[in-house]
Amino acid sequence: MLSRRTLVGALSASIALASAPAAFAQDEIYIPLISKGFQHQFWQAVKAGADQAAAEFGVRITFEGPDNETMVDRQIDMLAAALANNPAAIGFAALDSQAAIPLLRQAADAGIPIVAFDSGVDSDIPVATATTDNVAAAALAADKMAEFLGGQGSVAVVAHDQTSRTGIDRRDGFLNRMDSEYPDIKVVSVQYGAGDQLQSTEVAKAILTANPGLNGMFGTNEGSAIGIVNAVREMASEGVTIIGYDSGKAQTDAIREGLMAGAITQNPVGIGYETVKAAIAAMNGEALSTIIDTGFYYYDQSNIDNAEIQAVLYD
Amino acid sequence: MTTTTVDAPKSTLSRIIAAGTHQRVLAFASLIVLLIGFSIASPNFMQTSNMLAILQATSVNGVLAIAVTLVIITGGIDLSVGTMMTFCAVITGVVLTYAGMPLAFGVVAAVITGAACGACSGTFVAKMAIPPFIATLGMMLILKGLSLVISGTRPIYFNDTPGFSEISRGSLIGDFIPSLPIPNGVLILFIVAAVTAYILNRTVLGRYCFALGSNEESVRLSGVNTDRWKIAIYALAGSIVGIAGLLIASRLNSAQPALGLGYELEAIAAVVIGGTSLSGGRGSILGSLIGALIMAVLTNGLRVLSVAQEWQTVVTGAIIILAVYADMMRRNKKS
Repeated sequence: MLSRRTLVGALSASIALASAPAAFAQDEIYIPLISKGFQHQFWQAVKAGADQAAAEFGVRITFEGPDNETMVDRQIDMLAAALANNPAAIGFAALDSQAAIPLLRQAADAGIPIVAFDSGVDSDIPVATATTDNVAAAALAADKMAEFLGGQGSVAVVAHDQTSRTGIDRRDGFLNRMDSEYPDIKVVSVQYGAGDQLQSTEVAKAILTANPGLNGMFGTNEGSAIGIVNAVREMASEGVTIIGYDSGKAQTDAIREGLMAGAITQNPVGIGYETVKAAIAAMNGEALSTIIDTGFYYYDQSNIDNAEIQAVLYD
Repeated sequence: MTTTTVDAPKSTLSRIIAAGTHQRVLAFASLIVLLIGFSIASPNFMQTSNMLAILQATSVNGVLAIAVTLVIITGGIDLSVGTMMTFCAVITGVVLTYAGMPLAFGVVAAVITGAACGACSGTFVAKMAIPPFIATLGMMLILKGLSLVISGTRPIYFNDTPGFSEISRGSLIGDFIPSLPIPNGVLILFIVAAVTAYILNRTVLGRYCFALGSNEESVRLSGVNTDRWKIAIYALAGSIVGIAGLLIASRLNSAQPALGLGYELEAIAAVVIGGTSLSGGRGSILGSLIGALIMAVLTNGLRVLSVAQEWQTVVTGAIIILAVYADMMRRNKKS
């Protein structure tokens, strides 16, 4: 019976280990954050902001998200598990708003306020949404691009997807600004690389191959922007102005090297911080504005080391 | 460790212990231990709503695990179940939302699509002699691509089909016993398990399933058309995957075309925890069901205990290795 005892023993041991963090007082304020992701540096920065707010306001948070942004059902399971702990409030970044509605409704019925973050939830259940104004941020990228190109030339966009709110807003924010303000800049191609570095690299290479005289490229998130950098590096293309989005080591390195002209950065730390702060306010019945704009910045070689920018960049 | 078989008159206890050497019972015992452990560790774990959440979380993976069990018993493997599930969901979306047909057509479409996909995999394996790993790897990618093509990479919503979300989210049992609102998705999981277990243990198809996994050559030499049976088993597994497609689509009220990769590995993990041998010829539906439950209880319990997500993954991996190791120990001792 060695085998069974071994297994059962190991199981109990793992539970004993696992139960350690649960040894908190039951009356403390608990706010779970269910994110769209977990492993990306961006989400880790959101988590850092949330942790900061948790320490400041004396609440306990947990931060979870599925392995990738397609796993809609896994995110819902996470929401269900979070509800089991009777939280004071919940922070939630929906992968698919519709799919989460029944559970959100259940939370609302139980009097648990929901604060949406990042791309928000298409519903009136959340009391507030802490997010970047992605349309305005991408428009700023278009302005900077036009500045580099002297108002004429051809550009392409590598976007992360065509379904999520952030994907649509950043793409359209860039395209609409180009369309309305810079008639002499032609957008020759908009393609999608799923925010995956490798896939975006291939997409960007295909665009460069198809458009030899291309003047500029805009990548709508970390993976897309790094993909463009990789493509330009691998193909040794010259004269392509690259503007990225978000940060991360590869992107900030490319900016320092001068390979990338600049990038838009959101304020992921601010998103996490504001989400927890809003959740506490909602829990206490304070009034909140529907949208909490967490801000964005443009950074390049000239200001990358400024304290203001360094505070919102992540590696 | 020779004390397991005593020649003295067997007490009930020793018989239970002897039975405990069986992987299924071992898995079941682990499940109970997990449930008790988590209940002690957190007062929030053992609540009706949380138990229902666990069952709901098991439903899709459980049905997939049942499907893949059939293929694994024949000595094969099916890596395509995750994206096949998505493909079936997308086809249901096309039938119900794009073509506007009534609900029943969508249900039938999902099952038939699954069976057809399974038959394709089966044909690649049986007639074209492509190793199952490769054949279903190919199918996995083909079906992922087709799902994206057909849906235009956008989710297809079922808002125009009243009752569709009831397939998984509604509760027939709850209508009769209001205090026990077990979601239909869970009910369907258990029905699928019961029917498949019957097919596996009581029909010719089931017998050939085991026979092919134990010794395909001797089955062939005894004059059986092994190719045909193999294709039939893959098709049956496919139709079960179609049911999983319905469950996930209903639960999300949408067919999510990008979803699916990674689900095959979780299904296979549930199967091996349940004691089905990856080398074929041995396995059970009940075992896979328990395996899927263990995975769901573990994931949910660690979350309720607020264990950091990094560690949740580590623990899940360790449990898989432990489960298979325990099974190996048992078999080594026997021989």
